[in-house]
Amino acid sequence: MRIALFATCIVDAMYPRTAQATVSILERLGHEVVFPSGQACCGQMHVNSGYLKEAVPVVANHVHAFDTEDYDVAVAPSGSCVASVKHQHPMVARSCGDTALEARAAAVGARTYELSELLVDVLGVTDAGAQLGSYFPHRVTYHPSCHGMRLLRLGDRQARLLRSVRGIELAELPEADQCCGFGGTFSMKNADVSSAMLEDKTANIRSTGAALCTGGDASCLMHIGGGLSRQGSDVTTLHLAEILASTAEAPASVTGEVRVATGKATR
Amino acid sequence: MSTFLGMPSLPVFGTGNLHAAESFPTAAHRELGNAQLRANLGHATHTIRDKRLQVVSELPDWEQLRDAGSAIKESVMARLPELLEQFEQNFTARGGVVHWARDAEEANEIVAGLIRDTGETEVVKVKSMATQEIGLNEYLEEQGITAFETDLAELIVQLDHDKPSHILVPAIHKNRTEIRDIFLREMPGADPALTDNPAVLAMAARAHLRRKFLTAKVAVSGANFALADSGTLAVVESEGNGRMCLTLPETLITVMGVEKLLPTWQDLEVFMQLLPRSSTGERMNPYTSLWTGVTDGDGPQNVHLVLLDNGRSAALADEMGRSALHCIRCSACMNVCPVYERTGGHAYGSTYPGPIGAILSPLLTGIESEENSSLPYASSLCGACYDACPVKINIPDILVHLRSVDVDSKRGKKKLPSQMDVGMKAASWALSSGKRLGLVEKGLPLGRLAAGPDHKITKLPGIAAGWTQSRDIPAPPQKSFRDWWAKEHQSPETGGTNAPARDKGQANAQADAHHNAQDKEDGA
Repeated sequence: MRIALFATCIVDAMYPRTAQATVSILERLGHEVVFPSGQACCGQMHVNSGYLKEAVPVVANHVHAFDTEDYDVAVAPSGSCVASVKHQHPMVARSCGDTALEARAAAVGARTYELSELLVDVLGVTDAGAQLGSYFPHRVTYHPSCHGMRLLRLGDRQARLLRSVRGIELAELPEADQCCGFGGTFSMKNADVSSAMLEDKTANIRSTGAALCTGGDASCLMHIGGGLSRQGSDVTTLHLAEILASTAEAPASVTGEVRVATGKATR
Repeated sequence: MSTFLGMPSLPVFGTGNLHAAESFPTAAHRELGNAQLRANLGHATHTIRDKRLQVVSELPDWEQLRDAGSAIKESVMARLPELLEQFEQNFTARGGVVHWARDAEEANEIVAGLIRDTGETEVVKVKSMATQEIGLNEYLEEQGITAFETDLAELIVQLDHDKPSHILVPAIHKNRTEIRDIFLREMPGADPALTDNPAVLAMAARAHLRRKFLTAKVAVSGANFALADSGTLAVVESEGNGRMCLTLPETLITVMGVEKLLPTWQDLEVFMQLLPRSSTGERMNPYTSLWTGVTDGDGPQNVHLVLLDNGRSAALADEMGRSALHCIRCSACMNVCPVYERTGGHAYGSTYPGPIGAILSPLLTGIESEENSSLPYASSLCGACYDACPVKINIPDILVHLRSVDVDSKRGKKKLPSQMDVGMKAASWALSSGKRLGLVEKGLPLGRLAAGPDHKITKLPGIAAGWTQSRDIPAPPQKSFRDWWAKEHQSPETGGTNAPARDKGQANAQADAHHNAQDKEDGA
């Protein structure tokens, strides 16, 4: 299968290893990965902040980048960005009266998948340890991000994949379904409430005794990891793609500063 | 001879207690500082949440019920004028009197006039959102009429000269010691030996209220539903105080928003399953009172209904926002909302707090009213409210819609663009082209420099300071994924960015190798 990678802007700029891990997983399964070079961002920051007009060129760019490329399915290591591509893009196109763009956006959205969704539903991955060689000998807790859970209805796909990683010890996160408080520009516009939500999320994470918290959305993980770092915690965050890509031969680093410095990271 | 006064100017926005006097972040900051409030709210919302989930999971057709509720409300909104007239006809035929109120002022004047006509100066009240919305109690007080709330929690709030903070559990922000103190201070004839035992407090309130029920000649209520095909009104409650108010006095005045209509009796079946489970987590509420006009010799002999618009027509005119009018005031959305759970209801200013309030208040008043434009931003868009809503109001989508209404309403009106305006414009430029984003990403090493030896950024200026008040930012990587990919896959012959088909084994080795190489480059 020829799979187009939508890296998402935050992973592209801040967490390139998450995208590299995604490539690695897909290639291990024997698929060809392409990276439409015109891609930039899904535009949900603009849409969710009320800047619909400013979102139009961003959405148009994404649609153009992904409907001029030759591929079977597109994938992104983010529930939130995929939800935006699927649900928001046609709406943005409609808002500016561009029916042609709306139709193209709907077509791109229809063949865009979140990573765990693609792995489980399309590529038939049921055992990451056996099929991908995933090996990650750490105690990990998992935060299911809201948009994957409620907009894409990912259910337990991400958790199932994580549980099938060899060596992993998955610790149940109390109140896992509660929002971490990120919410895009909400984290700045309503910083106090966002911080209060984050405080409860990080307390729950720390209560598990896990060495790190994983999830399917780099943005939520940046928020959670940033909070843990500020609190002086040793607990870090790591995208689940990197756990799935980790093998006994090439283990993922769990202390890199890109995931957020703990003050104790080896450099 | 009739005089043509012209068409009323549209839309007529809502007035009364629908406004946030201060912006949500400012109010939230204050409320977050109240540890008692947060503890009470956390406990109460989690308890109701669990109860709701329990009783909802018992119904195999819950999702179909939600669909039915949503569809019925949608059809009501689509033919509201017709249904209202049908209701008026039936209600009037059974001896009731219908009054139409465009806004809060008109509704208050009508109610005060009806009370004055009876010669009474005291009324008992059934818990009602509509009368809070129009500020009826305050208005009546100005007119020399005293309104007694009879719902226990409303009574507590009223005695304390406070405001409700939850539409179903108005005193959710108070604990029992505070309640005892309020009773001792404000309730005439309260026993000085009163303890903070809940049963003792309830009995004290009961004795106080019983005196009112037996003497009151006039009652004021709201209504949960109005059935167009029979002209029937319905009130759903837990305590039975409502039943007393609806049956004992001689005059009953009901204030109801026009959106409460249901087409037929049969539709009530759907909502009587949806509402109790969603609001109190009960299979059925203890008291459901229904009345159809006047029944000779039984119950109130003067029955009035004030049909309230107060911005509902304006909300109905908003194609994206109109489904907010489907709300049946169950409060499930606030009980699951992580923002409401931490700030409480007062932070929203309006009578309607929580997720539904964040959309309903600005829809009723218009986005430009006082600080209501800050309400649609009071959400992380987590979507828990949409999942919990028994009539499937897509609250997150409407929040996003109202944010764009807010941004658009301010375009071209500001002397200087805000930091957010400038940032969004710049981001739109950078993020609408892979080339431009790639160019911006060339600056990543500068971010590394800013992060310094700790490899983290701990302080940012301007609006970004909101981020760094509780979160660090990791040092960015040496280079973007885009750069890495281009370096690995650029084929000089084709100039394309995609690798030509390669054999699988080689590809694996390459991707893994670069994964590790990047680790080393980043100094991990």
